[in-house]
Amino acid sequence: MNPFLDPLAAIGRGVIGAARATGSLALFALEGVSHLLRPPLHWRMFVQALVEMAYFSLPVVALTAIFTGMVLALQSYTGFSRFNAESAIANVVVISITRELGPVLAALMVAGRIGAATAAELGTMRVTDQIDALSTLSTNPMKYLVAPRLLAGMVALPLLVVVADILGVLGGFVVSVMKLGFSADAYLRHTFDFMHASDVISGLVKAAVFGFIIALLGCYQGYRSRGGAQGVGAATTSAVVTASILILAFDYVLTELFFTR
Amino acid sequence: MSATPATALPPAGAPAEAPVPRIRVRGLCKAFGAKKVLDGIDLDVLPGTSMVVIGGSGSGKSVLLKCILGLIEPDEGVIELDGRNILALSRTEREAARARIGMLFQNGALFDSLPVWENVTFGLLAQRKLTRHEARERAADFLAQVGLAASVGALSPAELSGGMQKRVALARAIAAQPDILFFDEPTTGLDPIMGAVIDGLIIDCVKRLGSTAVAITHDMASARRIGDTAAMIHRGRIIWSGPAAALFDSGNPEVDQFTHGRREGPIQMELRR
Repeated sequence: MNPFLDPLAAIGRGVIGAARATGSLALFALEGVSHLLRPPLHWRMFVQALVEMAYFSLPVVALTAIFTGMVLALQSYTGFSRFNAESAIANVVVISITRELGPVLAALMVAGRIGAATAAELGTMRVTDQIDALSTLSTNPMKYLVAPRLLAGMVALPLLVVVADILGVLGGFVVSVMKLGFSADAYLRHTFDFMHASDVISGLVKAAVFGFIIALLGCYQGYRSRGGAQGVGAATTSAVVTASILILAFDYVLTELFFTR
Repeated sequence: MSATPATALPPAGAPAEAPVPRIRVRGLCKAFGAKKVLDGIDLDVLPGTSMVVIGGSGSGKSVLLKCILGLIEPDEGVIELDGRNILALSRTEREAARARIGMLFQNGALFDSLPVWENVTFGLLAQRKLTRHEARERAADFLAQVGLAASVGALSPAELSGGMQKRVALARAIAAQPDILFFDEPTTGLDPIMGAVIDGLIIDCVKRLGSTAVAITHDMASARRIGDTAAMIHRGRIIWSGPAAALFDSGNPEVDQFTHGRREGPIQMELRR
């Protein structure tokens, strides 16, 4: 026991562990992407993953977007009314939804749903030898299980974000017109006047990156899980938590990239 | 207590020249952290013979099988299939070599998300040897070979009993007509009658395909039924090898204790130490 060196050693171990985990994730991502770029792609697995991610996530993403748009309109009104700037509500709603809230909230919802499900599925396959069985049946598990999911994530999230953008703006519209007494024509005119293609496109690019992160973390944690049910549970939790944190971190990085240069 | 390479007896009438082993393992070592699981394994399995590998839990049997299959990278040693060192092959070549091997996993390892027919023909579909339509029809033949009705093909693995799952897994392992078959604890978790049924199916399949087989098991009755030769792993080394028929009369104290299931003996004493 050394009161000075022990804490330092613990910090050092933590840093080395974090570096090792980052390197391992990066190598896993590289291998997954390399399988994505080299044919063949397992189209059936891709379609299955796409349906699971996009179609079955639609209700939760839609509800999240509608309520977020509604709350945003209400909160903006209470704030802007102090400065007689109520007319800016439509601008705030459309910019916030398309640039930030649509992609980020959709991604967080999908991370909870799909990240967990992917980690649990692959984790169970790992601990029951199904992944090893794939290898013995002339099938590369990375190509069969991981690559189609990575592509599905990058396609599904932008599709969901298009829906989230429309419904988020619609939520703001409904509250503004039906509760706050705005004119429907004026609200829509403001919305379309202030919405730029770059806002929507940057949101969709973010969504594709977030989709990749969600699929990657779900696959990575599941693929590497060990130790039966407990290991699968830990992998599931880790997939959701890590994906959520990375989504928020990458949101900042991408925002910096798109809007401050 | 010297480690002798486990070699199958030459068949009657065979030429005096020693045949090239289908599987040859030399000096195989594998450690996980500080724990040495395999510590210099030497093993020869001749073409067309069946070897059973016995040993206590955690003795390294499954790790040995996974090393030969290429699922685990050994730290040291040589693994040859028909005289070709598979550890020196590129990844693509190794995958091609692996296509010659069929594997029956301990718990079946059937794919939950696929119906039985697709499980059975998965390898053939992956190698594009069949269309999906053909695969569905051929699955019935493979299921018949393990005594299952064609209607089972439409079920999902979760709907099958343990014995049926093992049979489906066996059908999957033999579907590509592999040269080499591995069986990891084929009778674990089955009642003695179903265990004997699975053993019978394994013996039939190996004979019909003319394959070379390696089975790892704790089940001594199964070991004697399946194996032409046997070897025992203890503490990561082969401590005995010989004909499977001699398992109960090996003259080796560890093997005798293990095969007779005695509490007292050298293995027990080591555990107490």
